[in-house]
Amino acid sequence: MKFKTNTSPFFSSNSNVSTVMLQVLLALIPGTLVMFYIYGWGILINVVLAIIFAVSLEAIALIIRKRPVLPFLYDLSAIVTAWLLALALPPLIPWWILLVGIFFAIIIAKHLYGGLGYNPFNPAMIGFAVLIVSFPFEMSQWIENATLGSKLPGFIESLYTTLGITAQPDWDAITRATPLDAVKTGLRAGTTSYTEIAQQQDFNSVLRSWIYISLAFAAGGFWMLYKKIIHWQIPVALIATLALFSGVMYLYSPETYGSPLLHVFSGATMLGAFFIATDPVSASTTPIGKIIYGASIGFFIYIIRVWGNYPDSIAFAVLIMNMAVPLIDYYTQPRVYGHGQKPAHDPEPKKGSDK
Amino acid sequence: MSTGAINKSPLTKTKLWKFHGGVHPPFHKDDSNQTPISFAGIPEQLVLPLQQHIGIEAEPSVHVGDDVSKGQIIASASHNGLSANIHAPTSGVISAIEERTLPHISGLSGLCIVIDTDAKDDWKNSKLNTYPDFNNTESKLLLEQIQQAGIVGLGGATFPTAVKLSSSKAIKTLIINGAECEPYITCDDRLMRDEATKIITGIRILQKLLKPETCLIAVEDNKPEAIKALQLACQDDDGISDNVKVVAIPTLYPSGGEKQLIEILTGQQVPSGELPLDIGLIGLNIGTVYSIYKAIIEGEPLLSRIITVTGNGINKPQNFEALIGTSFNYLAEQAGGYTKMADHLIMGGPMMGFALADDQIPIIKATNCALISSTTALSESNSEYADQPTLPCIRCGKCMDVCPVKLLPQQMYWHIRAKDFEKAQDHNINDCIDCGCCSYVCPSHIPLVDYYRFAKNEIRDQKIAQEKADLSRERHEFLLFRKERDKRERDEKRAAHKAALQKKKAEAGAKGDKGENKKDTSKADAIKAAMARAKAKKDERDKESSTRKESLADKKTSDKDPSKKALEKNTELKKDEI
Repeated sequence: MKFKTNTSPFFSSNSNVSTVMLQVLLALIPGTLVMFYIYGWGILINVVLAIIFAVSLEAIALIIRKRPVLPFLYDLSAIVTAWLLALALPPLIPWWILLVGIFFAIIIAKHLYGGLGYNPFNPAMIGFAVLIVSFPFEMSQWIENATLGSKLPGFIESLYTTLGITAQPDWDAITRATPLDAVKTGLRAGTTSYTEIAQQQDFNSVLRSWIYISLAFAAGGFWMLYKKIIHWQIPVALIATLALFSGVMYLYSPETYGSPLLHVFSGATMLGAFFIATDPVSASTTPIGKIIYGASIGFFIYIIRVWGNYPDSIAFAVLIMNMAVPLIDYYTQPRVYGHGQKPAHDPEPKKGSDK
Repeated sequence: MSTGAINKSPLTKTKLWKFHGGVHPPFHKDDSNQTPISFAGIPEQLVLPLQQHIGIEAEPSVHVGDDVSKGQIIASASHNGLSANIHAPTSGVISAIEERTLPHISGLSGLCIVIDTDAKDDWKNSKLNTYPDFNNTESKLLLEQIQQAGIVGLGGATFPTAVKLSSSKAIKTLIINGAECEPYITCDDRLMRDEATKIITGIRILQKLLKPETCLIAVEDNKPEAIKALQLACQDDDGISDNVKVVAIPTLYPSGGEKQLIEILTGQQVPSGELPLDIGLIGLNIGTVYSIYKAIIEGEPLLSRIITVTGNGINKPQNFEALIGTSFNYLAEQAGGYTKMADHLIMGGPMMGFALADDQIPIIKATNCALISSTTALSESNSEYADQPTLPCIRCGKCMDVCPVKLLPQQMYWHIRAKDFEKAQDHNINDCIDCGCCSYVCPSHIPLVDYYRFAKNEIRDQKIAQEKADLSRERHEFLLFRKERDKRERDEKRAAHKAALQKKKAEAGAKGDKGENKKDTSKADAIKAAMARAKAKKDERDKESSTRKESLADKKTSDKDPSKKALEKNTELKKDEI
């Protein structure tokens, strides 16, 4: 009798890329719902619209690149990218800005580099970086949130605004700076100190709503840790480093530097620590490398937030460290079974052979 | 560094360590371990490959047409290196010595001895001596017997056991490997349950030979019956039972890998490129211990082994004691025949075994399992995931988390895809044990182990090719050097000859002119010239030898990382040719 041949192992487990990505999406739900509660329909409209754009562009890219469309759409990675980018955008942002962001994320950052698994940079963060550089005004228009008692725009109103069917609202009347933005402009103008800003009631209630959002994302992150979708090193190192630097600077001068609470629990810190910096494709992959990678991102987040031009800086911090990943990974190989305590790589690796 | 986690096993209170990673595939042990081992019977024909062990083929000592008795040596261990005897598993006639397909991943054929059996199962006088009082027998005799019996490591490595046991190194711990971590396989499990006393006696023989401080029998805790049987057998024994310990280890693939088991039991790691013996440890498989018992106590060489025939492709999965050389086909018939789901025939387990294309292939000393299964049953969640397409690597690191050697499979895969084997070696690819954990967990279903096998072969081939290239380059350089030297010598000789002729001519002319009184001076001149010539020649020789030395020295310094062998060969060559 004849048999089919194959090579070992013949066993395979039931894990697959779709399951991994699906669990990431599930983990995003609590944070997204809290954002929806605080900022209204604009958040959900962004997410849905972004997913529609991303899936369409992904399909077009796959067809042009002559790749099988369905298996790659089924891996859900485009949806994860779209969802993450959408959460980083203010509600009521015009649809075409969203489309530009998704185009850079999916087409430029992902498919031009070879598609799933081959992108050196985090696609969602490339999209975000392009938008914040190109549309700084639109990207800073966060509407006044529900905790201040103002009425949020309804579903139809939000949808029409996003799609440009109704005219753009009077932004000054309905927007309010995010905590990081408020601190940044306040301190830069030199008129107020952080201590004064922190005493404003409005500031505090907005900050509180961002703490809720952060906690919800952190909860999703812990669930992913529990499910072993992500490793602990990146989020822990990132948050610890950010807390350490902001803590030291706050102790040094509470007048001019924001508190660790502000840095760790507002802006996109938690979303970045658990969902963005942990993108496996573009992040460091060795255990020690992950710690270095996460800590460096935390460090750059603080530097750029405090001394840079942008109120938040997850995207730039992540993109800077994406570039360092191959180097970090090479020099942080774990000690292999039966090798000495030293790292197993050649201390002077490529001197002759690179030339 | 072990991860340092300490388990207190309730059964033995032995301190255990953990190795990195590992997986929990579905084990399917109950499929085949419900009934005791039964003898598979004597098939009409047995096919015995000459290569059933690590090392060199055994040399046939019979001819076609010879009658052989059971236990007679039909191929004896080669004297040129590591090898092992092969015996006739039963009596019969040698019907052929020819190339047959081997049970090997390559599907290649090799020389086999074919025996047409006569059903008499007649020993005649081929039985070995017996040493029931082995404790008062010379170790040398016991080792000779084990060598004669053709015993090799039956866990799969098939290293000749007598050679392993003859090491002069002091043994601290004797480890008996009953972990049997591969899914489906239960031959050791069943053997421990059915023949525990004989196994313990086998261990006594090993204790006599190796004099270890302690002896640990490691069994995964998914085999409670086997553990109980061994413990009972230990207690039966009088006096010395305290230095044999049955250790229940947590069920985790690949805890039965020699290096992993050593880490679990001792917390030590075998240094890369060294043997367990180098750190005072020796490991033997349960089946090997059993065959040592049979050789020493019953005088029976290695004629048969226990083999698990299992999977949903077979009607009555069970364990057989089968004669070496029995075909898979015969065993399948004994196990109730194939079902409709017999897609694959795998020799060994589903994690590290290999697929055979045909069942008219004999089992050999290394064959512990014949797994006959449908494709879907091998995939954990059945049909839903059976034909998953391979997706690109997303560097999720699951492979890294499960690698028992602590490699970075995702990075090695990346470099191998780029054909950068140097980088793959920087990542210690040669320490990979092919256990398959990485492929098993990969969410993108990448056949990672295939990539590593390919790279390891490629690296080996490159190394051999490099050595060959170095040698021929040096030969060529020497050829050029020699041609140059010969040409120079010829030219110099010619020039010297020419000069001499001219001088002679000039002298002859002078002689004619000036007459007798010049005769003395010309004579003196001629002597002077001859001396000068001789000196010149001598200088020349010195110079030449020194340049040769220089050129050799140059070569030594310029080749910083020389393939030493090639260089040595080359200098030898020069000696010959010069």
